[in-house]
Amino acid sequence: MSPLTLIFLIPLLTAIVLLFVPARMERAVRGMTQAATGISLLLALGVFTQFQPGQGYQFVEQHDWMPSLGIGYHVGVNGINIGLILMGALVAFAAACSTREIIQRVKEYHILLLLMTGGILGAFVSLDIFMMYFLHELALVPTFIMIGVWGHGEDKNFAAFKITLYLSAGALLALAGLILLYTQIGANSFDLLVLLDHASEHNPGLNIPMQNTIFGLLLFGLGILVSLWPFHTWAPLGYSAAPTAAAMMHAGVIKKFGLYVLLTVALPLLPDGATGWAWVLALLALGNLLWCGLVALKQKDFTLLLGNSSVAHMGFVFLGIASLNLIGITGAVLVMIAHGLLAGLAFGLAGWIRQHTGSTEMEKLGGLLQTMPFVGGALLMALMAGCGLPGFANFAGEIAVFFGVWQSDFKIIAVVAAWAALVIGAVYMLRAARNLLHGPLPAIELGGEDARCCARLPFVLLLIALLLFGLCPHLLTNKITPAAKTLLPPANRAVQSAHNQ
Amino acid sequence: MNLTLVHQEICITLIGVLILLLDLCTPPAHKTKLGWLGIAALALVLLSGLGPLPAIEPGDQVFHRGDAEVLTVTHTQVINGHDHLHCTRPSGQPLDRTIPANETLRSGFHGGITQDALAQYFKTLSLTAAILVLLLGIGFASRLRDGVGEFFALTCFALVGMMFAAGAANFVVLFAAIELITITFYVLTSFQRHRLRSLEAGVKYLILGAAASALMVYGIALIYGATGTMSFNALQTPAGGNAQIFNLGLLLLLAGLGFKIAAVPFQVWAPDVYQGAPAPVTAFLAIGSKAAGVVLLLRLAAAGLQIHASLLWPLFNWIAAATIAYGSLCALRQRNLKRLIGYAGIASAGYLLLGIVALRTGHGHEGSQAILYYLAGYLFAIIATFMVISRVTREAEDEDLSVLAGLYQRSPLMATVLTLAIVSLAGIPPLAGFLGKFLLIKPILAGAAQGAAHTALIIVALAGVVVSLYYYFIVIREIYWSPGINPHNRPEKLPVLEVDWATRLALIICAIMLVALGLFPEPLLAWTREAVTALALH
Repeated sequence: MSPLTLIFLIPLLTAIVLLFVPARMERAVRGMTQAATGISLLLALGVFTQFQPGQGYQFVEQHDWMPSLGIGYHVGVNGINIGLILMGALVAFAAACSTREIIQRVKEYHILLLLMTGGILGAFVSLDIFMMYFLHELALVPTFIMIGVWGHGEDKNFAAFKITLYLSAGALLALAGLILLYTQIGANSFDLLVLLDHASEHNPGLNIPMQNTIFGLLLFGLGILVSLWPFHTWAPLGYSAAPTAAAMMHAGVIKKFGLYVLLTVALPLLPDGATGWAWVLALLALGNLLWCGLVALKQKDFTLLLGNSSVAHMGFVFLGIASLNLIGITGAVLVMIAHGLLAGLAFGLAGWIRQHTGSTEMEKLGGLLQTMPFVGGALLMALMAGCGLPGFANFAGEIAVFFGVWQSDFKIIAVVAAWAALVIGAVYMLRAARNLLHGPLPAIELGGEDARCCARLPFVLLLIALLLFGLCPHLLTNKITPAAKTLLPPANRAVQSAHNQ
Repeated sequence: MNLTLVHQEICITLIGVLILLLDLCTPPAHKTKLGWLGIAALALVLLSGLGPLPAIEPGDQVFHRGDAEVLTVTHTQVINGHDHLHCTRPSGQPLDRTIPANETLRSGFHGGITQDALAQYFKTLSLTAAILVLLLGIGFASRLRDGVGEFFALTCFALVGMMFAAGAANFVVLFAAIELITITFYVLTSFQRHRLRSLEAGVKYLILGAAASALMVYGIALIYGATGTMSFNALQTPAGGNAQIFNLGLLLLLAGLGFKIAAVPFQVWAPDVYQGAPAPVTAFLAIGSKAAGVVLLLRLAAAGLQIHASLLWPLFNWIAAATIAYGSLCALRQRNLKRLIGYAGIASAGYLLLGIVALRTGHGHEGSQAILYYLAGYLFAIIATFMVISRVTREAEDEDLSVLAGLYQRSPLMATVLTLAIVSLAGIPPLAGFLGKFLLIKPILAGAAQGAAHTALIIVALAGVVVSLYYYFIVIREIYWSPGINPHNRPEKLPVLEVDWATRLALIICAIMLVALGLFPEPLLAWTREAVTALALH
């Protein structure tokens, strides 16, 4: 059995086992959840170190599932999803360690968290498009219930319904696109590798209008899932209402699914569609970067600021994809991984602050570096990473995206994006740092307890990963680059090799 | 007369009669035992109908697939390793060629009934539904006041109607089966005579049902007038000069069947009847009656595939779109649980019609397979939903959504199963409902890409799924995090809901089936694939 199967089955099976654990044994429930996600993390780490760059799909496992529909059980990793799986498992472990705030219905919370973890990790290891979609939907449903039951704030009901309807509509549009892709390619299979083979053998494949239709469906369907401007309004609202672990998992990991499918399914199978829509995608990405950045500037609540900045960061990934060249796509994958780690860290710390001070409003808080030095310090680093400070993984990804966009047809966008990212991002991140971490202690006593030994572990792990991939980005790029090469449209691939020579 | 063709129907009728007779000498305290008797007997009937269909033997009547004539087999012969049949025509004259056995359908009663894999599938489906409905009825018996025995017997008689509908091959059997179902349901819907709503439901169903039957019988008469035969296969041959009469007849026939499945514009009865009828009856109506309507529609549509009526086929597109839109939009503001499921049921009828639309887009196999699969998932979701509704409303005597408040604390089992059922109805993985909707939408999308179906239909179908998520998630919210209507009576303080073990058993069966059909659909898919071969689609 491939370790990839275990990575996502262990959380799912643990969730089923937890159903039969008495609800009063809260310690056991927390322990089992952390153990399950911990094992997944170790397995993911093992796969990451064993992975041979540039040798296609590895750790492959394949079984029949619904052969009559051309749907199979097929898992494997290449350079694109290996980093995402490691990031996902790490954030899931950190999320499982950040559930102290939950005091009611503890068992159910952990079951849903495990379903979410198993679902999304499964979606990332799948090589069958139907299985990807299936497991991703499985991960989405717990989000809604977690926001509804354990969420924060007055309008959590509204947030829960908004996020449900937006994400379901997005998923459904994407499903329509995927089904259309399946029927049009005519390979009678949902297997990604079979589809790719079929497409490369039958050249030219789909005609351009059809490619444009399908790519459009996928772009907007998946775009809604990733909070593409102007379909992003669910994200800040949902994240600020969500309980900590759900916000970490969704902003960090689940949201990357849309980008992942766009990269691995839409780009190689619909090269002409991608070329046709690249301009639109680049312009909408600017909407993410500028509009959502400006919205983030005006936020008074720290979680809303984080939500908006997370939407803004998605703009970099979209830009990287729109550049349709090797360095841009490599950068996009790097940003996906870096942002996943960063979102997990930032929402985890915000959850800690909310749990121990009772508020996330920046005007009420202040001087956190004095009352909670470790959490404050970690938050400072997270905010710096969010600004794109060199040394953190985000910098490596963002700079690669800029190079990519500069190489592509729309240089002017690169200039605007760089300006937006540097100026706006720095302003709101630094403002948050000043309001939260420095300054006088707030007039009212908020209380506040710093994270001690064990509670520090998830934050430390995420910071280490951010710094490690920031200082040695080649750990990721040497895996991503060979795989990203296969995703490019054939025309751009030729240009790329000319450049390299 | 080949009685083995209808042995299941005969057995069920006898079971119903037996229950009625035993009811006379059963003391009131033990009436529910009659229900258990019915369940055991129906389970045996269910088992007797499984397995491969019997081989065709000399003396049997058969249809050559897609042909209206009923042939009688004289002897069989093996040619190139395959069974071939020598037959005689109805006139007694021998047929000049042999027919491969796998291209024939066993039939009987002069072509009135066929015994094919499709009939077998729907019979199994109806029997499963009836068994679960009887389980539900046993839990419900305390609220019926009197006539418990009759309730079980009538359920059996309605089931006989559904079984005949599953195997019907001509319009006479179709009409008799539909009437048997409908008339039994007139009684069943108004079974709680002390409740005004139940009586109202009965009267509404009676008046509209009678009108629909009248339309249908008129339609049958017109078709007979135009073609001179009662067989469904008559639809395959063009009606010549009588095309106008023939088309009018078809239209009226569709109106009658549209009433059965509650398709727009014949849907008005559904919410009221769903709300007023006793919960087990509503469940049976929602699945059994719908399945019977759908199988007949499927057979007729498959037989009439070649009809060049410019009006009829596009009509299916519009009816499907209107039904989905109407059901979804009306369900949005519903607070009454049974009405909500009623409107949602209208929307699912619309989704089932997508499978019929697919027949004309060149994806007929996939479409009809999807209908069969969807109904199986729908069966368990609907029964589970009504089981919980029936139990929860027993004390509350109220069907507002707020009775579900705190259900999670009051009965984790019911909350979990209702969640699974609702999530399946909403069409979310990993449950049966997801694959059902996926299969129904897939051929339509493929057809739309070839320009064979309306893009508008796809948009309505997809929008309907999104809208349905809203109203289904309101139910989920009520179960898990609703404050309840009375702020002083927190849901946590409400008493625990005890579930008797008949209901518990049925709930667990439904939950397991919903998950199993969602995760491991291949066995059922294989069965549906075999079943639709009987439709002779090309």
